[in-house]
Amino acid sequence: MLPDQLDVKVTSQPLHGSGVLRFVRECPPYRWAAGLCSVFGIQSRSLTVAVPYLWLLAFFLAPFLIVFKLSFSEILIAMPPYAPLYEMAEDGYLQITLHLENYSLLFQDDLYWKSYVSSLEIAIVSTMLTLMVGFPIAYGMARAPRPWRLPLMMMVILPFWTSFLIRVYAWIGILKPEGFLNMFLTWLGVIDEPLIILHTNIAVYIGIVYSYLPFMILPLYANLEKMDISLLEAAADLGCTPFKAFWKITFPLAMPGIIAGCFLVFIPAVGEFVIPDLLGGSSTLMIGKTLWAEFFNNRDWPLSSAVAVVLLLLLVVPIVWFQRLQAKREAQLN
Amino acid sequence: MSTLGKILVAAVAAIAVAALAFFMMGKPAEEQVEAKPEVKTEAKVEAPAEVKVEDKVVNVYNWSDYIDDQVLKDFEAETGIKVVYDVFDSNDVLETKLLAGGSGYDVVVPSAQFLARQIQAGVFGKLDKAKLTNWGNLWDVVLDRTSTYDPNHEHAVNYMWGTTGIGYNVKMVTERMADAPVNSWELVFKPEVAAKFADCGIYMLDAAEEILPSVLAYLGENPDTKDPAVIAKAEAALMAVRPYVRKFHSSEYIDALANGDICIAVGWSGDVFQAAARAAEANNGVEVSYSAPKEGAFMWFDMMAIPADAPHADNAHTFINYMMRADVIAKASNYVQYANGNKASQALLDKAVIDNPSIYPTDETMKKLFTITPYDADAQRALTRSWTRVKSGQ
Repeated sequence: MLPDQLDVKVTSQPLHGSGVLRFVRECPPYRWAAGLCSVFGIQSRSLTVAVPYLWLLAFFLAPFLIVFKLSFSEILIAMPPYAPLYEMAEDGYLQITLHLENYSLLFQDDLYWKSYVSSLEIAIVSTMLTLMVGFPIAYGMARAPRPWRLPLMMMVILPFWTSFLIRVYAWIGILKPEGFLNMFLTWLGVIDEPLIILHTNIAVYIGIVYSYLPFMILPLYANLEKMDISLLEAAADLGCTPFKAFWKITFPLAMPGIIAGCFLVFIPAVGEFVIPDLLGGSSTLMIGKTLWAEFFNNRDWPLSSAVAVVLLLLLVVPIVWFQRLQAKREAQLN
Repeated sequence: MSTLGKILVAAVAAIAVAALAFFMMGKPAEEQVEAKPEVKTEAKVEAPAEVKVEDKVVNVYNWSDYIDDQVLKDFEAETGIKVVYDVFDSNDVLETKLLAGGSGYDVVVPSAQFLARQIQAGVFGKLDKAKLTNWGNLWDVVLDRTSTYDPNHEHAVNYMWGTTGIGYNVKMVTERMADAPVNSWELVFKPEVAAKFADCGIYMLDAAEEILPSVLAYLGENPDTKDPAVIAKAEAALMAVRPYVRKFHSSEYIDALANGDICIAVGWSGDVFQAAARAAEANNGVEVSYSAPKEGAFMWFDMMAIPADAPHADNAHTFINYMMRADVIAKASNYVQYANGNKASQALLDKAVIDNPSIYPTDETMKKLFTITPYDADAQRALTRSWTRVKSGQ
């Protein structure tokens, strides 16, 4: 009796394919919520849509509003070290004090703009480098014989089993003047003097490319694996060279994967703190480090919040614009 | 799915289970710590007037490389109170945790000028001096100097004190400059001199509040000034030697000096002695020495204090009182090579410590050592901004 009921339930709903989704739909909390919703005339499908929105609301929007509120506050020697934004005045008035000087300071002192620009620069360069390293790997994986693909995928993910901090720290041992790399190159006779890589921006690039490579490979692989090889065969039949076929067919088709991978690398790289702090020199200017200095050295929580808000705007506005553009283009194609 | 794939998935699952089991094994100790608030509230409800029932735990947050582990073990054996020991390497990190509140620490050890501001912010509870039976051991000279930061010593007891000076690799420095002015700030702040050591490496503390005043002492200005125009002079002087400084960092220099990776570090006295001791232990031919420059060096005090919201304030008092015992603090000083604020311990110190003028300076040098008062928000911003410009070289 029971299996019958379940069967009816699954088939009666439009199949969304993925097993995970079906699993979620079978979970008691979801079913209870869906039951509750149907009482109020809400379709269970809109509940599925609500889950990511609720997540964003709780873990993105709410913290952001707290930071946004803080950015209009004033520094104070107290616990916590900022003044409250609103106070109840004695005769029942609510007094709200907005301090805009946190934002005006960001424009007055060139330190902040230099940090933003240099962060963007480092993030763009390292995203491009990650793409150049990641694309051939993803391509190779997608073209590998089927039984190899899972082990190859495991090897890409495997580094995550070690702490991120330890992996970045290990690069210090490799890159330092008397480290493995220099010892190896000297032994080979390629160099006489040790290369100074550690505490330069080159070390930061290496660190970012290494740490974020899986985020580039995975979406690219997912995309390239789905590609129809017969397209390339057709191109070859029509006399297209493999090189030309790559740029005419594979690359444009891989575009969604490239864009997803680039975003996954670029966005965290802009705000990166650990890698420039450990591998970069004292002269490496990144917004993450500037934010740290404001927060920890100056104890200026309001100003560091303002830095964070501006950083978010700098990232979100172009990304939203880009996605709009992308959506428009797709609509045109269809 | 292929056989190979299945084997892989099985292997991954096995590792995951093993990792989970390992994680669970480490859990009971944590649970013990986490369970304590409940115990406390219960005790409060039942018998509010009686002594609070505390777990036998004290959470200590102290500077890195700053304790003899044996001291902690002895304390645990003697009192049955477990020490959960955590470390930091900058006052800023400590202060941010304290200002956020609810840090969960019972004993913290900020430097005195930070302590003063934290007292003002209401971070610390007052010491219950009835519980500090070893108060009589304290040294009046240090009590006197620290009373500017903590009037009447209501909130803190000195743990160790020392100077910020120059640690150097004797061989590397004399090789490059036979008559190197090792007892003067000229060694690192005079461009012509510092340039000679750029190739072998100069490190400086990443602490604006200590390096910039030291530059001011070198320039003959008042190190404790809060005047932005004067601080700017220090910034300019430091910028001139910036190309010769390899890194600003507050803890890496101990190993770097000991391994012979660098030849000069502007750092804390005891850290340099620890580097010297590590080099001697490794027998790697590195000889590290320390000097408190003649123009005047920063004299700092690290103070043990109890946050107002400390979950185990009683245990914290027991811990601080234990550290005030002459034999205990003497053992600690002998190990970390820092002077302490305990008069009674001086008879028990190693000759190498008490007779070392770099650890316990002569009265004459003592007069030259300067102290720093807290910076207000604007002065702090100006100072940090100068520091960021120096560090980033722009």
